[in-house]
Amino acid sequence: MNETIVFAVISLSAIGSISAVILYFVAQKFKVIEDPRIDIVNEKLPGANCGGCGLAGCRAFAEELVKTGDLSKLNCPVGGSETMRQIAEVLGLVAEEKDPLIAVIRCNGSRANAPVKVSYEGASSCAFAHVLTAGESGCPNGCLGLGDCVVSCQFDAIYIDDITGLPVVSNEKCIACGACVTACPRSIIELRKKGKKDRRIFVSCINTEKGGPARKNCQVACIGCGKCVKECAYDAITLQNNLAYIDHEKCKLCRKCEPVCPTGSILELNFPPRKEKAGETLKTTEPVTVE
Amino acid sequence: MKTFKLGGVHPEENKISANKAIEVFPLPEKVYVPVSQSLGAPSKVVVEKGAVVKTGQLLAKGESFISANVHCPVSGKVTRIDDIIDSSGYKRQAVYIDVAGDEWEESIDRSPDIIYEISADRDTIIKKINEMGVVGLGGATFPSHVKLMVPDGKKAQYLLINGVECEPYLTADHRLMLERGEEMLIGTAILKKALGVEKAFIGIERNKPDAIEHLSRLCAKFKGIEVMPLKVKYPQGGEKQLIKAVVNLEVPSGKLPIEVGCVVNNVGTAFAVYEAIQKNKPLIERVVTVTGKSVLNPANFLVRIGTPVSLLIERAGGLPEDTGKVISGGPMMGKALTSLEVPVVKGTSGILIMPGQESKRTTVLSCIRCGRCITACPMGLEPVLLAQLSESQLFEKAEKEKIMDCIECGSCHYTCPAGRPLLDYLRLGKNKTGLLIRNRGKK
Repeated sequence: MNETIVFAVISLSAIGSISAVILYFVAQKFKVIEDPRIDIVNEKLPGANCGGCGLAGCRAFAEELVKTGDLSKLNCPVGGSETMRQIAEVLGLVAEEKDPLIAVIRCNGSRANAPVKVSYEGASSCAFAHVLTAGESGCPNGCLGLGDCVVSCQFDAIYIDDITGLPVVSNEKCIACGACVTACPRSIIELRKKGKKDRRIFVSCINTEKGGPARKNCQVACIGCGKCVKECAYDAITLQNNLAYIDHEKCKLCRKCEPVCPTGSILELNFPPRKEKAGETLKTTEPVTVE
Repeated sequence: MKTFKLGGVHPEENKISANKAIEVFPLPEKVYVPVSQSLGAPSKVVVEKGAVVKTGQLLAKGESFISANVHCPVSGKVTRIDDIIDSSGYKRQAVYIDVAGDEWEESIDRSPDIIYEISADRDTIIKKINEMGVVGLGGATFPSHVKLMVPDGKKAQYLLINGVECEPYLTADHRLMLERGEEMLIGTAILKKALGVEKAFIGIERNKPDAIEHLSRLCAKFKGIEVMPLKVKYPQGGEKQLIKAVVNLEVPSGKLPIEVGCVVNNVGTAFAVYEAIQKNKPLIERVVTVTGKSVLNPANFLVRIGTPVSLLIERAGGLPEDTGKVISGGPMMGKALTSLEVPVVKGTSGILIMPGQESKRTTVLSCIRCGRCITACPMGLEPVLLAQLSESQLFEKAEKEKIMDCIECGSCHYTCPAGRPLLDYLRLGKNKTGLLIRNRGKK
């Protein structure tokens, strides 16, 4: 046999064996022991990487869950309680049942309710328009309708209604990741309890001006009269800075506050129509369309 | 001819009101004086509702280092201290005054005689400028006394007086130089004395030959003040551009002009300084150009602060039928008003009425990477990149690309063939990056 070939085979095998030994010891030294449960938990997660849980992605969420072993503070809004239950099984814990949330647009300043006074033709970004101007209707708190929330939504759950000029959140698609809440420069969007059969009651206004100036720009603005506060039997409504706020944790959806609101700024969604009492006047505000 | 090197554009000049002499605007019936009229912290109101006030009386006191006093521009009665809608549509605190007569504070010298001799010393000048609420009248409204306090270790070498007025349409500074040239030069001499500099230059663009000639002749009487004619180019009125054009020095990124030994003041400011020091008169009126292609009588008015813009337009022949936009300031950097009841403030240099068709923005098309915005940028930035970074909210990257150096002159937007809203995104980026930097400082 050719001597060269023999020499090559021998030297290569020698290098290979020495490297194998070195690699073995290096591998021992730098061994990373990962909890196998992380992979199992990760598989249960939806893999949307939306950041709705407050962590960098699904993997980071899984790691955090396994590391802390505490389910009370962490929640995957996309998977909801079903996913959390499955994860709890893997980790041998009990998941707390959490009410599903949904993004709620707290502005009803549609083109009919808050007529356009000036026209804005700058860059179509709410963030910039908010810096530059109070908005087309003049309300300093109202929705600018340029769709920063739509752009931020990874789940295609928000669109801008052509007629009202306001964003509409889809009951089915919204998973309450909270991306739109951060994107809105005016903090109009809030995550609230989705409610049984998607029934919700909330004050659809965040204007803190006094009654007069607020109504000047928008006929459905909250004027801070406090009638709803008096009406509420559960202490769920508070009044601050001329603005009423309904606490969704305390609200029992009794529907008593909605009819007393003189401006119609309290909205109730997806409730069956009320039985009309004799002598009750019809409201002039336009009905709210919800998908 | 001298000018700055980097970038710049030359929009149509349209100085329609250049031949109209300054007209003293009649006293309005009501004025609304916003409390915050300068850069920096808002001032604190020192009068109460129902108080009877005299012209020149202090209305609001600037309490922090960068803030300025606001004085009563008329005499009458304070009816309300309430919010008023400003040019942005947001509400700001203002003092509402019903005008009655025209009674001035006794300390103010109202005679037309020109006082040449400067008796006040440096500290008195700075103190008085602060007291009289003088701010930069070029538009940025930076409190003037702060500019005069040269920080330790720095030395002012040149005083530059900005008579460039590079914004199209505006002629307020031009008329002031022609009609109050002498007072303005005394103001310059006062500023010179306060800074302790030997040399002052007055930068004027070549499209104002009468002002150049007039001031050059007057300058013979004043030692160390020289008129510097400049080539017509926008934005030559920018502080850093003017320094580059006149004394050929470059202000380093993120630094103030004092870094290269320069202090820049507007001609309007120099005039206000003259009145404050020699006449004891606070800043309560300013020259405002009311102009536009379809305006019946374009004019330059000497207006009391707080007068509603609607009155100015009425006097200039009323709002033309084809009005598209009413802009406070010039067409390049001005801001469209959302209401005509907005009062004139210290920073209002002009009211421009744009006809409908001309005021509309063009349709936004895709960027074709032509690089015209980069050629036009007088600060040597890449507006296209910065706008993209700010649109995708990468503000830290934008900071590295020097977004904070942007002077918001709008040359990029003006020159963009695709009509992209570059300046809008740059402004957003500056706003957010500034916030980022300030928050970092807090930690």
